[in-house]
Amino acid sequence: MINFEVIINKLPLVLPLAWVTVKIALISMAIGMTLGLITALFRFYKLPVFNKLSELYVFLVRGTPLLVQIYIVYFGLPRIGIEFNAFSSAYLALGINTGAYLSEVFRGAIKSVDKGQLEAALSVGMTYWQAMKRIILPQAFLVALPTMGNTFINLIKNTSLVFVISIEEIMAKTKKLAALHGNYLEMYITAAIVYLIVFFVAYQLQNLLEQNLETGSD
Amino acid sequence: MLEIKDLHKSFSDLKVLEGIDLNMDRGEVVVVIGPSGSGKSTLLRCINYLETPNSGQLQLGSLEVNLEEQDKEKIHQLRQKTAMVFQNYNLFKNKTALENITEALKVVKKMDSKQAEKAGYQLLSKVGLEDKADVYPASLSGGQKQRVGIARALATNPDLMLFDEPTSALDPELIGEVLNVIKDLAQEGMTMLIVTHEMDFAHDVADRIIFIDQGRIIESDTPQNIFSNPNHSRTNEFLSRIIS
Repeated sequence: MINFEVIINKLPLVLPLAWVTVKIALISMAIGMTLGLITALFRFYKLPVFNKLSELYVFLVRGTPLLVQIYIVYFGLPRIGIEFNAFSSAYLALGINTGAYLSEVFRGAIKSVDKGQLEAALSVGMTYWQAMKRIILPQAFLVALPTMGNTFINLIKNTSLVFVISIEEIMAKTKKLAALHGNYLEMYITAAIVYLIVFFVAYQLQNLLEQNLETGSD
Repeated sequence: MLEIKDLHKSFSDLKVLEGIDLNMDRGEVVVVIGPSGSGKSTLLRCINYLETPNSGQLQLGSLEVNLEEQDKEKIHQLRQKTAMVFQNYNLFKNKTALENITEALKVVKKMDSKQAEKAGYQLLSKVGLEDKADVYPASLSGGQKQRVGIARALATNPDLMLFDEPTSALDPELIGEVLNVIKDLAQEGMTMLIVTHEMDFAHDVADRIIFIDQGRIIESDTPQNIFSNPNHSRTNEFLSRIIS
C-alpha cells in the first residue's frame, strides 16, 4: 500500500530543492550553449586544428557516461591540482556534457539555413559577420529550438546525478528523508512528482517561446 | 558608368565566362538573354562577387576593381553600390517585409530606426505592398515576395541593379505584377542589368539586348535589331527556339 499521507507531508520538504535543480540546469545550459555554439562554428568552418579538437570533444563526451564525467571533474581533476567546489564541478561537468550534444544540434541548424540567405545579406552590403549575426544565426536558432528544449529537459533530469558529489538537490534530499523512515516508495514518488513539476514548467515555457518566435514556415 | 573588360570565370575545369566585355551608361537597361548554362547568371553574380571572378577589370562609377584580386574592402564597396534581385527571392525569413527593407538601411547605411522605417514604408508603397509591412515572407505570395525583394534592393539606393531571372520561379499569373514594377523603375532611369527569359518584357524594357552563348557575348544590339534581324545565326536559332 502506498501511504499518500507521507507524500503529501514530505512534498513541501522536497519541493524547495527544485530551485537547486533548476539553478544547476540553467547555468549548465548556458555553459553548454556557449561551448556548443563555438565548437559548432569551428566544425562548420572546418577551422584547422580547432575543427579536429571540437570533433574529439564531441566524441569523448558522447561516448562516455555522464556519471564518469562528473567523477573525473570532481574527484579526478584535484589529483592534478585543478580543484572545483561541488557546485562548480556540477556546472562544468553538465555544461561540457550538454555542449557536446548542442554542438551537433547547432552545426546541423546552421547548415540547414539556405545559402541564398547569406547571398542576399551580402548583396545588400552587409559584411559576412553582420550577415551571420543578424540573418543566419537567428534562423539557425529557430531550427535548433525544439531540440534545444529536449536537451534542456534531459539536462534537468541529468542533474539528479550530482547528489553523488554531495550537492543537496531533489535526489539527495529524497534519499536522506527515505533512509530516515524507510518509506522508499513514497519518497521516490515524491521526488518523481517534483521532477514532473519542473518538467511541466520547462515544457510550457518552451512552447511559449516557440510560439512567440514563430515566423511561419515554407 | 559600368565597364567590364575581359571577365573570365571558370568552375574548376569548366569555363563559364570566356572574356566578357560590357559597358553600360547611367540609366541604361540592358537585358541578357541566352541558352541555359550560357553564363548569364554567373556574369551577374561576378559583378557583386557572389561568384569570385578569375580575371578581368571592372569599373563602376569611380570604383575600379581588378577582378583577379579579392580586396575585401573593394568587394564590400561594390556590393554597396549594387543590389541584386534573386530568382528565389531570398527574402530574410526571420524578418518581416518591412524589416527586409530596413535591415540594410540600419546595418549598412547606419540609419536610425525611425528614418529607416519611413524609407521602408515608402518603398513598400512603391511596390504596392504597404499593407504587408508586418507580414513574414512565408505568408506572402511569390509575386509579393519578389516585389519586396525589389524594394529591398532599391533601399540602399544602388547605382546598378542586377536582376537574376526575377520571374522564373513565379506562377504565370503573378509574373505581370513583378514585371510592371521593373518597367516603372526603367522609366525612372534606374540602371539595370536583367537576366530573363521573358522575351516580350525584354523587348519592351530593354535599351539594349545582349545575347550570350558559351560564355561569350555573341551579339549586343537594340531589341528591334536583335528580334527582327539578328546578325548572328546562333542568336537566330536561340530566338526561334524560344519564340515558337
